[in-house]
Amino acid sequence: MIYDYFKVGISNLIHRKMRSWLTMVGIFIGIAAVVGLISLGQGMEEAIKNIFFQIGSDKLLVTAKTGQRFSGPPGSSAAANLTTHDMAAIKRVNGVDKVGGRLIKSAKLEFNREVRFYFVASMPDDQEGRELVTAANRYEAESGRLLKRGDRFKAVIGHDVANKGIFKTKRIELGNKIKISDVDFEAVGILKKSGNPQQDRVIIIPEDALREVLGIDEDALDVIAVQAAKGVDINQASQNIERELRRERDVEEGKEDFEIQTPQQILETLGNILTMVKIVLIGIASISLLVGGIGIANTMYTAVLERTKEIGIMKSVGAQNKDILIIFLIESGLLGLTGGAIGVGIGMGLSKLVEIAATNFLGTSLIKAFFPWYLILGALTFSFLIGAISGLLPARQAALLKPVDALRYE
Amino acid sequence: MKRSVIRLENVWKVYKMGDTHVNALQGLHLDIKEGEFLAIMGPSGSGKSTAVNMIGCLDVPTKGRIMLDQHDISRLDESELAQIRGRKIGFIFQQFNLIPTLTALENVTLPMIFQGTGEGERISRAKKLLGLVELGERIYHKPTELSGGQQQRVAIARSLANDPEVILADEPTGNLDSKTGSIVIDFLKRLHKADGKTIIMVTHDAALSRVAERVEFLKDGKIVKSLNNK
Repeated sequence: MIYDYFKVGISNLIHRKMRSWLTMVGIFIGIAAVVGLISLGQGMEEAIKNIFFQIGSDKLLVTAKTGQRFSGPPGSSAAANLTTHDMAAIKRVNGVDKVGGRLIKSAKLEFNREVRFYFVASMPDDQEGRELVTAANRYEAESGRLLKRGDRFKAVIGHDVANKGIFKTKRIELGNKIKISDVDFEAVGILKKSGNPQQDRVIIIPEDALREVLGIDEDALDVIAVQAAKGVDINQASQNIERELRRERDVEEGKEDFEIQTPQQILETLGNILTMVKIVLIGIASISLLVGGIGIANTMYTAVLERTKEIGIMKSVGAQNKDILIIFLIESGLLGLTGGAIGVGIGMGLSKLVEIAATNFLGTSLIKAFFPWYLILGALTFSFLIGAISGLLPARQAALLKPVDALRYE
Repeated sequence: MKRSVIRLENVWKVYKMGDTHVNALQGLHLDIKEGEFLAIMGPSGSGKSTAVNMIGCLDVPTKGRIMLDQHDISRLDESELAQIRGRKIGFIFQQFNLIPTLTALENVTLPMIFQGTGEGERISRAKKLLGLVELGERIYHKPTELSGGQQQRVAIARSLANDPEVILADEPTGNLDSKTGSIVIDFLKRLHKADGKTIIMVTHDAALSRVAERVEFLKDGKIVKSLNNK
């Protein structure tokens, strides 16, 4: 019986064509917005989680607090804020497994007679540090190799740097020489594209070589990467390190000149921002859905008026109030559902477009469209319900029409 | 003595029009027997339409009783009346009253949908009925693609969909020329004779009323004259 009512509803909708489509506009804009936003937001969350999962949630970063003792970004000052003594202190902290120090400095670079000032990062010379830094940054060679023990004037080039991201005149090939502060470095490896601009635009050279060519103090460091021991709570380790560094650097609690970032903190911050953005955008989308619902209600009221006579005929051949009510509810629900289906399609298309645009123009793999089944099913159910609810009052009005009056209506 | 199918007992219908009350029916008595062909005649404003609405369970009286198979239906609610209409009464209207968006076949199946008849049975029965009114070739046509006479035949087929006891025809030839009108009347006669249906026909055409076994003349909401054609 319900199946028959669906058939009646569909045939009524087809019959109305243009007006049905116009009515759906509000719904499909709203649903498209919701689907697009949720799929992108969800995709971004997944991508971020994925990255942190790969890096591992057992690592944290110690950096100097910028803007306190020094006014520039790390590396802009001649004296580094962190030192190898700090690193040794961290290594002694309970719960710390591995440590690795890095320098990130700007330098004069020259390739193919093109001169640029850009950042150069160091790779620790010790095995432990090298492993940790490689894992934490997910360095992988696309061609050639990564740095190894004994390398001196060798460099590993980030994907974008190699592909005219910095030197515009020529691509950097394996074996090419790049001058860093007027010293020749040989490109021994080119990194895979990571999608993270910071990582794709990096030049990595051995730590000793960096200190030598740029004249950096022997004990200076910009970043210390820490890996917590297995089974240790990362937040506990972070607190231990903080306490130890306060003592080592002789600063009071609350006046630390260093910062410890755990993956959770970064994840939480990003998550909070994403949630805020989602709430605002879904709020806007809900307004559109509300307007769409009112549109459906309006169309259904018109339909009830237009079809008053038909309602009378149906009643005269035995339709009960509930039959008429169901027929009209299904019809308005179908209006919503069709609008919703189109909206889902548009939303999916839009977020896929954003993903493609982000990958090609921004070079980030962080923006990913993600379409879980529950999102699609939820959106469709929701749009059907919006339609049905909007049609509730008109359908009730239709159902309660007196057959005599309805039949007389012209 | 034959059984009463529908009996109106002292039926009053009062419409309020602003401050004035209009008595459409004023103590109407009418006893319709099983298998009877009854014509109700009267000038416009005589209360014919109101009487049809009462007989067809489309409306309830202000006062009085309407007995259908010995049950008083004048106090039933809309849904109960709808069920009775669907099962017991087949309507034929002056305006045909087919649903324009549906094909002839779908129009005939419609009353069966509301009785919960299965789809296969609905379609085969509707096809049979459309064959009966000689429209077997036009079952997929919409009402607008059919002539007035054909539309009224679809309406006749529809009135038979749930095999009702009573066929209620309200000016069935009012919108037809005399030739197509007489075809429609022939179908009604056949339903009466061959199938034993109770036919109630409302008309203002004296010639038409002669096909009925009994004619009741209505004026000012009351029966003023009865005529037996038998």
